[in-house]
Amino acid sequence: MPFIPHTDDDVRTMLATIGAGSVEELFAEIGPDLRPRSFDLPKGMSEMAVMARLEALAAKNASGLKSFLGAGFYDHHIPATVDALTSRGEFYTAYTPYQPEASQGTLQAIYEFQSAMCRLMDMHGANASVYDGGSAIFEAMMMAARKTRRRRFVISEAVSPIYRIMLTSYTINLNFELVTVPHVNGMTDLAGLTKAIDAETAAVLVQSPNFFGCITDFSDLFAAARAAGAVSVVCANPVLQSVLKTPGAMGADVAVAEGQGLGLPLSFGGPYLGVMTCAKDMIRQMPGRIVGKTVDAEGKPGYVLTLQAREQHIRRAKATSNICSNQALCALRALVHLCSLGEEGLKRTAGLCIERAHYAAKRLCDLPGVSMMNDAPFGNEFAVRLPVNAYEAIDKLTAKGVVPGFPLGRYYPGLENCLLVACTEKTSREDIGIMAEMLGGLLA
Amino acid sequence: MKTVFEKSRPGREGVWPDAPQNGPEAYIPAALLRSSPARLPELSELDVVRHFSELSRKNFGVDSNFYPLGSCTMKYNPKFTEKAAALPGFAGLHPVLPQLQGAGRLCQGALEVMHDLERLLCEITGMAGFTLHPMAGAHGELAGCMLIAAYHHAKGNVKKKVICPDSAHGTNPASAALAGYEVVNIESVDGIVDPAKLAEVLDDETAALMMTCPNTLGLFERHLPEIVAMLREKDALLYYDGANLNAILGKMRVGDAGFDVVHLNLHKTFGTPHGGGGPGSGPVGVSERLVEFLPVSRVKKLEDGLFVLDYNHPKSIGYVAPFYGNFAVYLKAYAYILRLGREGLVRVSENAVLAANYMRKRLEQHFQIPYNRTCMHEFVASAVEQAKSGVRALDIAKALLDKGHHAPTVYFPLIVKECIMVEPTETESLETLDRFVDDLIEIAGRAASDPASVQAAPVTLPVRRLDETRAARDMDIASL
Repeated sequence: MPFIPHTDDDVRTMLATIGAGSVEELFAEIGPDLRPRSFDLPKGMSEMAVMARLEALAAKNASGLKSFLGAGFYDHHIPATVDALTSRGEFYTAYTPYQPEASQGTLQAIYEFQSAMCRLMDMHGANASVYDGGSAIFEAMMMAARKTRRRRFVISEAVSPIYRIMLTSYTINLNFELVTVPHVNGMTDLAGLTKAIDAETAAVLVQSPNFFGCITDFSDLFAAARAAGAVSVVCANPVLQSVLKTPGAMGADVAVAEGQGLGLPLSFGGPYLGVMTCAKDMIRQMPGRIVGKTVDAEGKPGYVLTLQAREQHIRRAKATSNICSNQALCALRALVHLCSLGEEGLKRTAGLCIERAHYAAKRLCDLPGVSMMNDAPFGNEFAVRLPVNAYEAIDKLTAKGVVPGFPLGRYYPGLENCLLVACTEKTSREDIGIMAEMLGGLLA
Repeated sequence: MKTVFEKSRPGREGVWPDAPQNGPEAYIPAALLRSSPARLPELSELDVVRHFSELSRKNFGVDSNFYPLGSCTMKYNPKFTEKAAALPGFAGLHPVLPQLQGAGRLCQGALEVMHDLERLLCEITGMAGFTLHPMAGAHGELAGCMLIAAYHHAKGNVKKKVICPDSAHGTNPASAALAGYEVVNIESVDGIVDPAKLAEVLDDETAALMMTCPNTLGLFERHLPEIVAMLREKDALLYYDGANLNAILGKMRVGDAGFDVVHLNLHKTFGTPHGGGGPGSGPVGVSERLVEFLPVSRVKKLEDGLFVLDYNHPKSIGYVAPFYGNFAVYLKAYAYILRLGREGLVRVSENAVLAANYMRKRLEQHFQIPYNRTCMHEFVASAVEQAKSGVRALDIAKALLDKGHHAPTVYFPLIVKECIMVEPTETESLETLDRFVDDLIEIAGRAASDPASVQAAPVTLPVRRLDETRAARDMDIASL
């Protein structure tokens, strides 16, 4: 039987030691009325047969598309070192590091991951990650609620709608008030947000680059939030963060991110990586796993899970969250990715993404009837207005192997003609040229 | 060992892409740019490879060590499933593709995996519907509690509390609390949920009981049928924590047994790697009366065989994940289920239970076994006898590390003093089980004859015992 080593002799030996006549006897407590009414599963298959089936399924998915899809999730180059190192069995077949002496590899890697995230975001503390960027935003809101003992959240509509709908689901049973401040042509409405913050506000939530790709300096907004006793939460892009003004420099209290762009494949939605960092006075509010540096009985440095008193296995119903693990392997991928590229490599990556996106924006805006949604600075993604319905334009181009972007009308009624276009360092100028020509052909 | 930051040397070249023609300052106003470098490590590629190879050697994993961690089901992680998840047709697929007009056609293979796996999980558990969205076991618990809340709200039931037995995982009460419920604990009697104790707290305000069966003591909940009837009476739902599903595959289906909600830890029962803490995958199954509340989107097979995502479920609890859950993880579980098939899955539970009872029997002369009767796939021993000479469960755990075994779960569940919770799983050979038991017996002997030697453990690992108090007090959680 696959993966089960027990021979008939082994089974006899074990049954004899137990003093049982058969294996079935061990299940005697499950009475006849509790036995399965059916267990109608297919017969087992050989490894070769399963792989053949999965290869056939994989082949049913589109391949070789020239894609400009982003919407917060990007197809970056992943250095070969990432797969090679993270597929070492001692990393990926390990458990949560409850026995620190036998888990120094995982623990030191998490400590280094936390350090790298703090350095990227310019913040003081980080946790060992949560499920994804959306979960990180929700947990940041919970941190703010605990810190301020308030329940009102002011949220920019330019924050990814994917995260905002998650937030709505997550908070439905918690008596929170979510106040959404509309975007202005895809730009974050700083004045509107500032006005919406009041003495009951727990947190203000913004994103830069926002869902439309616009980059914003939130320094004044965060100062206003602080004056009102509210917590500032910003969602950032970790790749671009190597060149953009940092959440720390803007005075954010909590900075979160989707870490997928740091060495994780798109994989149809997961697993991804929720990055959480914060200012010093928020660290004890941080949920999930945190690794700390300490010393062993001989004074040698080592690492342990720390601040565990906040956690569910000790505090049960009063824990900071119900999260009992982290995306350790995804965090390791992000760390190996960052170390492989290094400071300069990440900056070049960000630089290429920005340059390609600006080239694409220019090529598209040269087409008749196409214009930028706004004149805000942008990084690797931007929104344009088309003279036609974006869904239909996408549909026609996709049939020819090019996905020109994401239709903003999917989440923003009234923006049916708007297209969100993303580039990465993998997007070549040639591909941009082909996309622009095809779109031009459609509009002509 | 030095951190990767300490090893950094400015100017060392890593995996650099070509430089852009112009820097970001050509496109973005200076006020929006970073004013000081992020100070990420600068290393050669070989530096990076050596650093992480060295770190990996400081880790125990199932590939290198026996990992009898109770309630965690650390079985062997098949290698071919990794290859399957890395197929470019899966790994390269953008998650928003199916949101484009008619673009479900571009990801039929992925949608078919989701549809097929949901149906397999329904058959394995006897539930009416499944969602693959929750991204970990605890996330599944939260989604499950949200489903319970949605059910009661829709019926106009006023429900305020969720009952958790004292043998429950710590995540159960935390998840119920996060779904807005007050948590009521009940004590076990003889290690299992007692209908009389339940009757004391069960009332019209009870939304649900969260149960693990077999529970965290490795015991089957014998009063299950009676408990189901009691809950039905109050229109309270029964939640199944699937962490211990490995014990009952093909022997009991939680749907048939009367459970309304179940979360499965695919990384446990279906052998996807734990990754040092994650990613996992925590699909949630529901009985017929809860299907309409499942998260969106839901995958559907049309009559012409086409798979589509269906967002039109007005009573849905909404979105718990950005997309469709940890696709690459559940893809591995899917491959695992196909490989084992019906007979293989039944054998999983049979051999897991056989191995646990064998170890329990071999250890009973040397350790106190608080509930020494037929167990399921795990059992609980206690070091109370050893503690009399000053050797505690934690010392025994550390001594096992010196022997090359990962330690069992200790001090959990909280209701057993000096608790040592052993779960061997079905994939460990008799030789491995015997070696572990022999080593444990040897440590028990030393606890009596030379307790100091056990208290000093570990001595063979990269570090000796670590000062956890200092870590919390001085709090060095990042190299800044």
